[in-house]
Amino acid sequence: MALIRKSKQFKWHRKHLLGLRQLSAEEITYILDTAKGFEQISTRSVKKAPPLRGKVVVNLFFEDSTRTRNSFALAASRLSADVIEFTEKVSSVSKGETLLDTARNLEAMGIDIVVIRHNAGGASVFLSRNINACVVNAGDGFCEHPTQGLLDVYTIRKIKGTLEGLKIAIVGDIAHSRVARSDMWAMAKLGAEVIFVGPPTLMPAEVKQLPVSVSYSLDDVIEKVDVVNMLRIQFERLGGNPFPSVREYSHYFGLTVERMKKAKPDILVMHPGPINRGLEMESEVADGANSVILQQVKNGLAVRMAVLFLVNQAAALGN
Amino acid sequence: MKVILDSEQIERTLDNLASRIISDIPAPVDITVIGIRSRGEILAQRLSSRLSKKLDRDVPCGTLDITLYRDDLNSPQGATQPQVRTTEIGFDINDRIIILVDDVLYTGRSARAAMDALIDLGRPKAIKLAVLVNRAGREFPIQADYTGYKTDVAPGKLVQVNLVESDGKDEVVIE
Repeated sequence: MALIRKSKQFKWHRKHLLGLRQLSAEEITYILDTAKGFEQISTRSVKKAPPLRGKVVVNLFFEDSTRTRNSFALAASRLSADVIEFTEKVSSVSKGETLLDTARNLEAMGIDIVVIRHNAGGASVFLSRNINACVVNAGDGFCEHPTQGLLDVYTIRKIKGTLEGLKIAIVGDIAHSRVARSDMWAMAKLGAEVIFVGPPTLMPAEVKQLPVSVSYSLDDVIEKVDVVNMLRIQFERLGGNPFPSVREYSHYFGLTVERMKKAKPDILVMHPGPINRGLEMESEVADGANSVILQQVKNGLAVRMAVLFLVNQAAALGN
Repeated sequence: MKVILDSEQIERTLDNLASRIISDIPAPVDITVIGIRSRGEILAQRLSSRLSKKLDRDVPCGTLDITLYRDDLNSPQGATQPQVRTTEIGFDINDRIIILVDDVLYTGRSARAAMDALIDLGRPKAIKLAVLVNRAGREFPIQADYTGYKTDVAPGKLVQVNLVESDGKDEVVIE
């Protein structure tokens, strides 16, 4: 058994997790390795450990969320932190001012970690520059959703052993997806080949500068990929008519039982949730043997515990 | 640097620890061995295989990561950043006698953290502490039940346990 610690010299120094774009492969791997140690907390008789005892975590969500919000709240509680749910909605006040005001109020309350979701890209960066507390991005505009990216690569690594050399298709509304971007950064850094798949109208304008290849046909790529991550069509974000009809989208880009017959037998089917059943994915596929959707949710808890633990450590050790 | 135990002495010390544990604990009780990462893990494995052989039955062995229970996590002077690793205990610890194994007992802080970590996993019948080296300098009211080698080393010195599995060589040195 190899017990010699290879990563002994590595030191986590970030008190904020704002995105995966700026992280090195080593940092991402360190978070994933740390998350492994947090998995068993959720399976034992006392589902709680003490490392954030006496710390206060604020869930500052300016957008709706069930999974991410609850996952962060549970992760913080399992580490013995106190959790405040901040439910202020964005008003007509300009976003910058609202955020700064909010930040000052939070500071006054003596909080330690802010978990923020905001519809403006860069909101978490802005917050991190204006308060002393640790900031964890839980989704900002179309930019990043780093903990989702981390839990996706964690799930893949856990099953496949490594991301090195894997072909991964991310399918659907790429343009409006922060999940696609965080996934792409993490997967590419860990050595996977990422393919964005969707109609041209839902591809981001800057796609040529990203470390991905692009395909406009799911049928062309489904046979060769090891993982397929189906994004939700975000009706609340879609302007104009990106595709003629829901049925047509589903016909070309939906993951159907028929399409799955062409896929590798051990393909992993992922979805960040919530699923539009019958639109991006048929129910039989979502609940099928290749689906790891619920494992993603489970792993998300361990990954978020690791992130909260690490940013707090960095802050405590004065880095 | 001074060698206080060489590889042969470590072997003999472990044999001796195993014999004392067996003579101390009544036969029908289920003994399990749990090592504290990372040197305690290796010592626990060696101890459990000795106990299994002597008792002619399987003595389960687990590994405990105490990082989340350390008392210096939030204090800047504990400037070494500990890495969280996995706890691997594949059996129910309820109502068992646990032999908790570590390489060096010094301040008693690791043993305190380990007891808290164990109690979050269940309610053992008893926890006994077995250490290879018992060094003076306790900061907590904690004592070892089974000591391999006892020493009074000055506070500034380091007692380093090296093991083949992790360091390529079995020896205990004072630096």
